Amino acid sequence: MGFKFQNVDFLHLDAGFSEDELLVRKTARGFVDDNLVPIIEECFREGRFPRELIPTMGELGFFGANLEGYGCAGMSNVEYGLVMQELERGDSGFRSFVSVQSALVMYPIYTFGSDEQKNTWLPALAKGEKLGCFGLTEPGFGSNPGGMTTTARKSGDGYILNGEKMWITSGSIADVAVIWAKVENEDNRVRGFLVETDRPGFSAKDVHGKWSLRASITSGLSLVDVHIPASNLLPGTGGLKSPLMCLNQARYGISWGAIGAAMDCYSTALQYAQTRKQFHNQPIASHQLIQEKLVWMISEISKAQLLSLHVGRLKDAGKVGHEHISLAKRNNVWMALETARMARDILGANGITDDYPIMRHSMNLESVKTYEGTHDIHALILGHSITGIAAY
Amino acid sequence: MKIVVAIKQVPDRDAPVRIDASGKWIEESGLQFAMNEPDAYALEEALRLKEAQGGEVIVLSAGPERVGTTIREALAKGADRAIHITADDLGTRDALGVAKLIAEAIKPESPDLILTGLQSEDLGLGQTGVILAELLNLPHASLILHVEATGTGLKVKRELEAGWFQEIELPTPAVLTIQSGGNKLRYATLMGIKKAKTKEFRAVSAADLGQSSAPTVTLGQIALPSKQRSTQILSGSAKEAAAALVEKLKFEARII
Repeated sequence: MGFKFQNVDFLHLDAGFSEDELLVRKTARGFVDDNLVPIIEECFREGRFPRELIPTMGELGFFGANLEGYGCAGMSNVEYGLVMQELERGDSGFRSFVSVQSALVMYPIYTFGSDEQKNTWLPALAKGEKLGCFGLTEPGFGSNPGGMTTTARKSGDGYILNGEKMWITSGSIADVAVIWAKVENEDNRVRGFLVETDRPGFSAKDVHGKWSLRASITSGLSLVDVHIPASNLLPGTGGLKSPLMCLNQARYGISWGAIGAAMDCYSTALQYAQTRKQFHNQPIASHQLIQEKLVWMISEISKAQLLSLHVGRLKDAGKVGHEHISLAKRNNVWMALETARMARDILGANGITDDYPIMRHSMNLESVKTYEGTHDIHALILGHSITGIAAY
Repeated sequence: MKIVVAIKQVPDRDAPVRIDASGKWIEESGLQFAMNEPDAYALEEALRLKEAQGGEVIVLSAGPERVGTTIREALAKGADRAIHITADDLGTRDALGVAKLIAEAIKPESPDLILTGLQSEDLGLGQTGVILAELLNLPHASLILHVEATGTGLKVKRELEAGWFQEIELPTPAVLTIQSGGNKLRYATLMGIKKAKTKEFRAVSAADLGQSSAPTVTLGQIALPSKQRSTQILSGSAKEAAAALVEKLKFEARII
């Protein structure tokens, strides 16, 4: 059921992509079409993360794809973005898993880690032999991570960690957790720690009853007097800026991913409208109200493609600001959610079933709009950037 | 084992095809191109043989500059180096002319095995690989699904009609034309895509190979299949419909 995905390239942007960029997209697109699309509706229905696809993704180089060395592919940020786009065209939850592994686990180890930490973890994470999760958000602190209550206390030649983390993608399947905590002996400065998940006192419990991101795992983490050696501190971390740098990487990928989800909804809605006949034996695509919706969708998708491509080129040139990434994440996820809702209108009753991907994308995107900086928080980041006044 | 894989770039199977002004070829502007599918299987077979036996895979393709994209995809998938026979007039050459170019380019390499798809998805002549074998004076087998190196030669699985297969052995060097579907095609890994840039990519012009492009077979005209809406629904009971059908087959179609 459903329709075979048709490429969405109204502005002929493909002609401007490099040969490598198109090849990278081809690999990711082929992988998603062959391996994820056939099983995703069933995974979503059953609330199952398709873990069996991890080794292939490791072989293909999807994890930490824009990092250099340590078995990583050394992709540009645009190439990395295209991988995210294709993965989320498959499913936002599935893409979230790859984002976390890449941008929120491998990136901080790569950026803030010691040589020993990098050599221990990055090659295994790149292959997908080890999995990671990122513990910043807490039950009581989401948009305001600075309020976190998780603590690290220096003790002998190590640290003792205590606290609760919430809404943690891959929490219960991770081998290592990047935990952010306030260090009591350092004036409560926020620092990052690598916590192996088999350490006594560490536990993870999955969140059940999600109506979104059902094909990925979301957990709560509990740390009760977890002892870690001093060598598990990520030495380059210092202050809230460090986890926010990680989020910047992930948000950048999300801005591309959301385009993928929107492309899938649009491709489905367009093909449906061209084949579904209702009045006078004419396809519903011949009706003005349907055309207006399709035009809205292709306009917004095209603008989002330009936006992410531009931000990606800025990032590759080392000139991107966090506010540019906020603009892209905020706009593109909003655009994708509206596109999904509009596609659902076009598909009528058929749109609510999982014969088509629309409702799944729609439900997923509700999370994507909220996580990694809510839509509103990104408005405040942008407001802060243009006025110079923080309004959080 | 040193293996040469001859691949062709063809219009993507999902690309909308329009006929150009000459009526002898398709409009290429704005067209998406891809690796000819049976050639992709030939490359896959070559890469698997190399992984099992060691050796080298050289990918070879003839055509204009755009062919480079498909060659680099083959390098990204794992071919070791590439030869591009640059020719802008491939469409005016017949299968013999193209096979001569490929044969001349292959000769200095003296490979143990030459693989190519059994036919191309655009012209579908199914001749180039077989003529190539003749020009190189090498044994060949066609419609091959699987190749196994025996140490002294090759054991290959051929597809026959109606679900029958044939296993034959032949010595090396040899030419095999590969049928689609024998293996699962690999994706180019992201690491492979990066690595492809560092691999040898040699261009040789058709003129350098000393082959005239005068064809013995010329393409007169191409046309899109015309759409015919001549379906007739025969009404009435099954018996009446069958009688009406026989009537039509006898007197309208005149085939019974």
